[in-house]
Amino acid sequence: MIDWNPLILTFKLAFITTVLLLIISIPLSYWLAFAKSKMKPVIETFVSMPLVLPPTVLGFYMLIAFSPSNAFGNWLDEWLGLRLVFSFEGLVLASVIYSLPFMVHPLQSGFANLSPILKDASYVLGKSKMTTLFKVLLPNLKPSLLTGIVLAFAHTIGEFGVVLMIGGNISGKTKVASIAIYDEVESLNYDVANTYSLILFAITFVILLLVYLVNGGYLKRFL
Amino acid sequence: MIEISLQKKLKSSSGDMILDVKLNIAKEKLVTLYGKSGAGKTSFLKIIAGLLNPDSGYIKVDNSIWLDTDKNLNLRPQKRNIGFVFQEYALFPNMTVKENLIFAMAKDQNKKIIQELIDIVDLGNLQNRKPNTLSGGQKQRVALARALVQKPQILMLDEPLSALDQEMRNKLQQYILEVHKEYKLTTILISHDISEIIKMSDYLIEIDHGKIIDQGLPMEIFTNNKVNAKFQFTGEVINMVKQDFIFIITVLIGKDLVKVVADDNEAKRIKIGDKVLIASKAFNPIIHKID
Repeated sequence: MIDWNPLILTFKLAFITTVLLLIISIPLSYWLAFAKSKMKPVIETFVSMPLVLPPTVLGFYMLIAFSPSNAFGNWLDEWLGLRLVFSFEGLVLASVIYSLPFMVHPLQSGFANLSPILKDASYVLGKSKMTTLFKVLLPNLKPSLLTGIVLAFAHTIGEFGVVLMIGGNISGKTKVASIAIYDEVESLNYDVANTYSLILFAITFVILLLVYLVNGGYLKRFL
Repeated sequence: MIEISLQKKLKSSSGDMILDVKLNIAKEKLVTLYGKSGAGKTSFLKIIAGLLNPDSGYIKVDNSIWLDTDKNLNLRPQKRNIGFVFQEYALFPNMTVKENLIFAMAKDQNKKIIQELIDIVDLGNLQNRKPNTLSGGQKQRVALARALVQKPQILMLDEPLSALDQEMRNKLQQYILEVHKEYKLTTILISHDISEIIKMSDYLIEIDHGKIIDQGLPMEIFTNNKVNAKFQFTGEVINMVKQDFIFIITVLIGKDLVKVVADDNEAKRIKIGDKVLIASKAFNPIIHKID
């Protein structure tokens, strides 16, 4: 029987990361879609960096920054009691940064593709920006929201480099499924590695298939 | 009474242009803005609505000041009491017809208005449908009703009927006139259709390249005060055929085709596609009851 902990940890991490990303990405992508600030290209670049940067680079710098032997890491540790290296909290933070573009990009293009007169029409009716966002814009962004949520979730499940750098391989704490697979292969336990891999393969396949089915309108008559 | 004075530099397809308009609009009148596309009409409406900021300007509606750039005062669109009907309808796709109207209500408004408006624009059997299942004319009726929920001081219509066929246009024109009178609205309409303008508006403002170039009663402006007839129609020239010494000109009036005879001199000034006025002064028209 395999150890289920890495799988549970993986899904816990993916779930928390996705929720946090949703909260962060809605205002961020709204701003990126509508603001005319000169800072915009710079922020856009930062958001997209995890797409091209090797995950190890990201993990390496986070490891350096959050290490308690550094000023910043020390400050976090002493004042907030946050130890971000080799801990689950650190994994969450790394995952949020690493999966940020996967949530922001669909939302940003969703906002940008909405007809701008929807916003105008709502404002003219006396509705605030908040009401307009939650009652008019977001309900018409369901496909983008779904795509963002699923991509961020699936991408977090598939993470390896960042997680290994900042989290290490602590059983029950930071040893997620992708790392467990690597671990088992190194110890030549191909059977266990295969079980983990199959489970991940099946779950991600089902999740992505659902998105394409829903966004393609194939499930309309059941929903 | 609405006092408007606005200046804004606009970028149009034909280069930069200064929108510079000073205008007073009397209460409860229906005023039409007329002019080529790109003349600045939509920008003008958007500035009044607060959706676009002018470089400088002043807007006073009744006794409240909406905009005074000298005093750094600029009410947000939410604070201006206006109804806006967009050319592209701008209905919220996630809400049904009725939900679109309910969304438009002010916080403590009586729900009675919703049923009243649904009845006025005949939406009773469509009220639970989503906008994307409606025809253009139906959508525009919803948009009109939605713009009226909060009983605005000014109703603005940006080419509301240009995407509709003639029959639908006639109907919608009736609806607009009806609510304009019923709710004692001050209405600003953008239109390109001369017969629509003559039928609907009390006052016409012609804008070109950001400036007002003519204003007055629609009939006087379009006919250059040349005709004084009791019986006249406007239409569009569809066809011209020369027969011996005369021209037979086919004119589309509403949805009827009418043939008119013209001599060489008259025909020279007219080409296919022109808007024309057909009037008759000398004889008594025959009148027939239709139904």
